[in-house]
Amino acid sequence: MEWETVIGLEIHTQLKTRSKIFSGAATAYGAEANTQACAVDLALPGVLPVMNRDAARMAVKFGLAIGARINQISIFDRKNYFYPDLPKGYQISQLELPIVGKGSITIDVNGKKKVIGVTRAHLEEDAGKSLHEDFHGMTGIDLNRAGTPLIEIVSEPDMRSAAEAVAYLKSIHSLVRYLDICDGNMQEGSFRCDANVSVRPKDQEEFGTRAELKNINSFRFVEKAIEIEVERQIDILESGGRVVQETRLYDSEKNQTRSMRSKEEANDYRYFPDPDLPQMVLEDSFIEEIRAELPELPGARCERFITEYGLSDYDAQALTASRDLADYYEQAVAILPTQPKLISNWVNGELAAGLNRDNTSITESPVTAAMLGQLVTRIDDNTISGKIAKEVFEAIWNGEGNADEIIEKRGLKQISDDSAIEPVIDEILANNTNQVEQYKAGNTKLLGFFVGQVMKATQGKANPKQVNQLLSKKLDK
Amino acid sequence: MHNKSLRELAQGLGNNDFSSVELTQYFLDRIEANKDINAFITVDRDTSLQQAAEADKLLAAGNSGVLTGIPLAHKDIFCTDGLRTSCGSQMLDNFIAPYNATVIQKFRQAGSVTLGKTNMDEFAMGSSNETSFYGSVLNPWDKDRVPGGSSGGSAAAVAAQLAPAATGTDTGGSIRQPASFCGLTGLKPSYGRVSRYGMIAFASSLDQAGPMTRSAEDAAIMLQTMSGFDERDSTSMDVPVPDYSADLEKDLQGLKIGMPIEFFNTDLDSEIASITIGALREYEKMGAELVEISLPNSHLSVPCYYVLAPAEASSNLSRFDGVRYGYRTAEFEDLLDMYKKTRAEGFGEEVKRRIMIGTYALSAGYYDAYYLKAQKIRRLISDDFTRAFDQCDVIAGPTAPGTAFRFGEKTDDPVAMYLNDIYTISVNLAGLPGMSLPAGMDSQNLPVGLQLIGQYFDESKLLNVAHRYQQVTDWHLRSPENS
Repeated sequence: MEWETVIGLEIHTQLKTRSKIFSGAATAYGAEANTQACAVDLALPGVLPVMNRDAARMAVKFGLAIGARINQISIFDRKNYFYPDLPKGYQISQLELPIVGKGSITIDVNGKKKVIGVTRAHLEEDAGKSLHEDFHGMTGIDLNRAGTPLIEIVSEPDMRSAAEAVAYLKSIHSLVRYLDICDGNMQEGSFRCDANVSVRPKDQEEFGTRAELKNINSFRFVEKAIEIEVERQIDILESGGRVVQETRLYDSEKNQTRSMRSKEEANDYRYFPDPDLPQMVLEDSFIEEIRAELPELPGARCERFITEYGLSDYDAQALTASRDLADYYEQAVAILPTQPKLISNWVNGELAAGLNRDNTSITESPVTAAMLGQLVTRIDDNTISGKIAKEVFEAIWNGEGNADEIIEKRGLKQISDDSAIEPVIDEILANNTNQVEQYKAGNTKLLGFFVGQVMKATQGKANPKQVNQLLSKKLDK
Repeated sequence: MHNKSLRELAQGLGNNDFSSVELTQYFLDRIEANKDINAFITVDRDTSLQQAAEADKLLAAGNSGVLTGIPLAHKDIFCTDGLRTSCGSQMLDNFIAPYNATVIQKFRQAGSVTLGKTNMDEFAMGSSNETSFYGSVLNPWDKDRVPGGSSGGSAAAVAAQLAPAATGTDTGGSIRQPASFCGLTGLKPSYGRVSRYGMIAFASSLDQAGPMTRSAEDAAIMLQTMSGFDERDSTSMDVPVPDYSADLEKDLQGLKIGMPIEFFNTDLDSEIASITIGALREYEKMGAELVEISLPNSHLSVPCYYVLAPAEASSNLSRFDGVRYGYRTAEFEDLLDMYKKTRAEGFGEEVKRRIMIGTYALSAGYYDAYYLKAQKIRRLISDDFTRAFDQCDVIAGPTAPGTAFRFGEKTDDPVAMYLNDIYTISVNLAGLPGMSLPAGMDSQNLPVGLQLIGQYFDESKLLNVAHRYQQVTDWHLRSPENS
């Protein structure tokens, strides 16, 4: 039988507010355990939550960016359950009336575009962390993370493959960083995802029973976990079994999913409106202010790169995958506006390779946009050849200075003076009479040989275009 | 000294008749001498006297307000920095808050002295103070009887004149009913008038702090200090605080007092009824007009309350889990076992009963039938009041269906106990200000309270109406000693 996979994602996105969603404590990552937890975060008796307007602002920003309905009245609810890293015994979340309603985002899988629906995005607080190592059979609790603002972005079950799920996840990841509402750091848990996965016979309308996959906190694991889970479910169904609704944990070392708890064991969270927080009312002016602040979004920017800079779809997408990279590119283009394509080749080529090799981010690139702009300008004005430029690029990367300094210091300036190149050509022709004979006899392929010899003799500095012209002139005489 | 009003004490301090240290010492000694009443859970003499010494400096510098140097008792539900806050529970027997509740902070800023933390029903759940981990409080009028609850310790402390005034909290009647039982003036302000920050939550949408005093005049002084918007409490209202003493003397000519027919039906104890009606006749003499009004849904207030309050409580009390502070069971096998034993041992029976009721009401499959339905009824009850206030300025009736009862009389019958708040609960559900003031004594020489209910944020009117009554009667001046 042919099977179809159905996937929906729930993405927990930590918002980049300075303080927590309901308290004044700082949100910075990595502080000593329990040093960023105030009385409210510790849930001491008598404390009360106060909503952080910045968190609402960021949630609205996200909603506007996906064309979603913004609920001007939204309600905070308590989700009740006991766990040591949940200090109040309930999490403040939004159930019935989330701040962001229905919206959508367009994804691109191998050039094929698809619209994925976003059901909702709601504000909630993060829990603390339970530390199971280093406590000799006991559990340590770190409440620094408790109260960090999150938006949980819930998708429609619109994805039909692991590749689509990853593309969606990447699109949201890119978007929240464009909006500057999340640092997107998956290792530190700022951007986390659960996947609801089911399979059904192709052409069947009704959804199959789903499993919720947890602990899939990298793009690669999302893909692998979904693929392995789909295989597992198809195996069960094809051998006549039944998939049970449950939560499953992905084990990346064994590349398998295993059951955490079934639906029967699921908690009854006893949601009810939090009486400590009045309904959140967003005025029109608040929303319009945020709308006016919205940056150009990845999709629009990609389209603009194609039309404005004449880039290919592929190049434009690569450049707009992150806001920082797109900003970098445009800063470099500003230095040499006549060569957007050449600059794109350098950013997507040497620069991307360097970043990848050194595992560093664009914002920490040793070659700044201004430096790259200068380098490409020197190619454009024939100071250096493209080949020499690669050597210069390496030198800039290694901190030896900017392009002009390195060209000067290493004497890499291109020889574009006919009177300097001609004696070299003459000498090479004189030393290779054999080849000259062959060329004149019709073996014009040998032109490349002569060019190579000249370049070698000038240590690559001769302007290749001029060398070609001068050689042809002399040989075809 | 213990018969003086807050204003008289302030004058005495201002005139150097006595110092705050002397005054504080005097009340500390009275507390010590009346330990049998069990009004206090925690008294810290040294800290109180130190605060009094500081107040004396302020007084000497002429840098003082009306409450500077005056010792006050605070219900043990308010967090006090460095002084144990138990909320009447074993769960918090070892809990010392690292911060002051906003109410406490305001009183400290006003220069008042904290005499101690008063006894209360555990987590404010009770109407007799019998659910306290620290034992029952005796009613100073008759030591075989309860002082009411949950602010029973505060009520007994002020009635026995162990403190000039006290704070209480009221979720369903916990200020007004003990005020009635102990012959005091007790005011539950409008929801949102007084900050709840640092006040250990029972039912967040109903809890309000208020004063328990010997007169409306004193209540106005206390409320003045307690009130106001607090950015740390999102449910507190940013409404200006009027001068609560300014309108006390205002003439009552033409005042319309609404009598809810539902409160005066045949179920009402005849003695309470005649005392209440007697008080209303006094108002007529002062020029007020009595009008019959109807609160048709008031009979639903007790069932409505006993769904909503426990529902909120079941969630509010989840934080008492033995993980971060408070009681933790001595031995346990795993996390679940720790939770179960800690909460089974740390909470008393009434608290556990309400957690169970509330958890049930919020559970999947029951939520709509209980919690949601109760919310709808709450709206109906609130609407009843809105309509009633089209016809009158204040509403008056009994505070409680009876006077102070004997210990153990209602402990085996939770519903009988819950019905003690039948006249007070609807006021919390509607978020309105309510007040109880002494209006007579029953045949057993026990105080009877008259309840006044005002419009939203109209505490001034309630204080005015109560004060004028106290100008023509002396019920509020009686004490267990001189009665």
